[in-house]
Amino acid sequence: MEEEQSFSDICGGRLALQRRYYSPSCREFCLSCPRISLRSLTAVTCTVWLAAYGLFTLFENSMILSAAIFITLLGLLGYLHFVKIDQETLLIIDSLGIQMTSSYASGKESTTFIEMGKVKDVVINEAIYMQKVIYYLCILLKDPVDPQGISQVVPVFQSAKPRLDCLIEVYRSCQEILAHQKATSASL
Amino acid sequence: MGLPSRGAAAAGLGPESAVVRPGPPVVVPNPIPTLPPEGAAPGSSRVPGMVLKAFFPTCCASADSGLLLGRWVPEQSSAVVLAVAHFPFVPIQVRMLLARVQQAGRVGLAVLGTWCHHRQEPEESLGHFLEGLGAIFSHEPWLQLCRGRDGWSWSCKATRRQTPPSAATVGEDQIMLILYDQRKVLLSRLHPPAVLPDRQAGDAPASAGGLAAVFDTVARSEALFRSDRFDGGPVRLSHWQSEGVEASILVELAKWASGPVCLLLASLLSLISAASACRVFGLWPLSFLWSKLSTCGQLRHRLEQLSLVFSTQKARSPAQLMRKANVLVSVLLDVTLGLLLLSWLHRQDRIGQLADALIPVADHVAEELQHLLQWLMGAPAGLKMNRALDQVLGRFFLYHIHLWISYIHLMSPFIERILWHVGLLACLGLTVALSVLSDTLALLTFHIYCFYVYGARLYRLKTHGLSALWRLFRGKKWNVLRQRVDSCSYDLDQLFVGTLLFTVLLFLLPTTALYYLVFTLLRLLVVTVQGLIHLLVDLINSLPLYSLGLRLCRPYRLAAGVKFRVLEREPGRPLRLLMQINPLPYSRVVNTYRLPSCGCHPQHSWGSLCRRLFFGELIYPWRQRGDKQD
Repeated sequence: MEEEQSFSDICGGRLALQRRYYSPSCREFCLSCPRISLRSLTAVTCTVWLAAYGLFTLFENSMILSAAIFITLLGLLGYLHFVKIDQETLLIIDSLGIQMTSSYASGKESTTFIEMGKVKDVVINEAIYMQKVIYYLCILLKDPVDPQGISQVVPVFQSAKPRLDCLIEVYRSCQEILAHQKATSASL
Repeated sequence: MGLPSRGAAAAGLGPESAVVRPGPPVVVPNPIPTLPPEGAAPGSSRVPGMVLKAFFPTCCASADSGLLLGRWVPEQSSAVVLAVAHFPFVPIQVRMLLARVQQAGRVGLAVLGTWCHHRQEPEESLGHFLEGLGAIFSHEPWLQLCRGRDGWSWSCKATRRQTPPSAATVGEDQIMLILYDQRKVLLSRLHPPAVLPDRQAGDAPASAGGLAAVFDTVARSEALFRSDRFDGGPVRLSHWQSEGVEASILVELAKWASGPVCLLLASLLSLISAASACRVFGLWPLSFLWSKLSTCGQLRHRLEQLSLVFSTQKARSPAQLMRKANVLVSVLLDVTLGLLLLSWLHRQDRIGQLADALIPVADHVAEELQHLLQWLMGAPAGLKMNRALDQVLGRFFLYHIHLWISYIHLMSPFIERILWHVGLLACLGLTVALSVLSDTLALLTFHIYCFYVYGARLYRLKTHGLSALWRLFRGKKWNVLRQRVDSCSYDLDQLFVGTLLFTVLLFLLPTTALYYLVFTLLRLLVVTVQGLIHLLVDLINSLPLYSLGLRLCRPYRLAAGVKFRVLEREPGRPLRLLMQINPLPYSRVVNTYRLPSCGCHPQHSWGSLCRRLFFGELIYPWRQRGDKQD
């Protein structure tokens, strides 16, 4: 079962949330971030090249221009491969674990999988970010030594940064699965 | 469930190359997972209500019908299937095989269920036959996996025999089918996330987490994978090696040859280390020299590493094996680079050119120093120095430089020979060549080091004198017994002389301070260059090249974890996931497998360094023991 809904992130950009219910015990949430805008790309490229041209008129060395082109290309490739995240996915499988995938604009995917035995809870936290108060969804991990304690807080959807309405949808779905998980582990 | 003639089943005679019909009906998973009824069978071997996970190897997905062999993990409610045993078989042979593997790997294997692959027109009898097998190899729960004719439709069913008085006699559970690549899981090594620094290492480790148990099971059952289908054993199995055992001629030859080679090299290395531990080298001048030269330190380090690699003991753990491999690759690369450097040096008689250039460079440095001293003896940067002290210090240092230049000129005929022989050391490795370079630099700038020491000692004397006399000026004294400043009554003549000396020292301070500043800066420059060379040597020493190469070419060998992908889902069919290995990121590879280096790290923090510089205490950077040279 697949559903798509449109939300907005904390800066006002448009996000698309895709929900897939594979089975009662397996759900996936896919957030697509706004694409790289042509305007900002053109602006950065023009700035760099104007600066390079300025230096060229000062020093009369054509190496500066080639270096500027090189830097722009490398910078763009590096940005697409290491910085720009296109899509963030959260896959929650009952009694197996939670998997978070970030796909970059160049196609690279980086995945983290947390086993269900380590997950204590999934909560929405508040944070003060510059002059804003934002909400973020995070996974609390159990402390092996202290059963009531928390060893780590893993935030989810860090680059998409959706708003509270989107987070509530994801939170509700996750809690349904976690409730079942807790019921089975409590009966151990 | 109907059981065909028990005799036939017991004898294990089954249909040859079966023409079978689809197996048991497909199970529709319960949309709302519910807890089991209250009267669950006591001592049932699984967690009630938990989704049952079946780990199935991808290599067996196209295998013929047969029995599922593997391990059942009750705490995780997961069944790890390792192989499929095909018809015909004798049950007692299967049990013997499992017992043998269990003994070899200390892992509890069992027959988990049946696997049925419909290739052509299905037959009804197989379905009943398969169900009947559940009575022979009783296992709770009994899995029945089935794959349809078109290769797409999978179905799973797990049946549990519950003793009454519970209402249901057979429980059908939600099942997840997780496909995994057996070869990759067998060869990979799981690296658990780093333990938090404030926890001890042995503190309640994560209960061999569900996935670590899967990796562990596959790794321990290696005995099961040793036979392939050409072996003709009593039981015909399907697993990742059933098409032919994987082996490499080179690896086998290397293993066979490594025994005698290691023995030979180990004895050679022990001879060398015994020779170097000889008493002759313990005498004072030589031992002092050995401890100061970084070349000797590097050679000793390499000797230790080589004796580790060629030791005749087998590696006790995979981490040790990796370390040995890393050391070997690092040494090989080092020697290759060293030989390249040597060939480049000898190609156009560069050694001769270097030797010819050395003397003029040393002369040039000495000349620059002389100019510097002349500048200091005049009015440096417009400051007015104390004439007499200035002249004394300047002349003293100039004479020192003159001695140094004469010494260099005395050595000049022998320079080329020495360089040539020292250059041969480069064939031992690039790191050794760099250490030689660093030592040569230290030797050539020895006069700068001497000047620094003189200037620092003089300055320190001055600052100590000033602080003591300042205390006298205020009527206080340093109490050595109590380690504190106490008041003290001085005689008049003591006060007079003290104040006089204080003023003299105070007005001579700028001159000494300037000399100290200039020579400290020069010394710091030399130390920085030497430090950079040492950093490079440390980098080559400690980089785990084999691990990095492994991460690049065989990323599944070093696993940080796993990742799942949901495969095509048809409604009414069970959920299928593909489990893949998530490789370790490069930064963690370097951190985990980094080799121990010489350990030359600066022992001062920036603050204490500045403090020592301000008070004129000598600094010994890059070494825990004494000075660089004497």
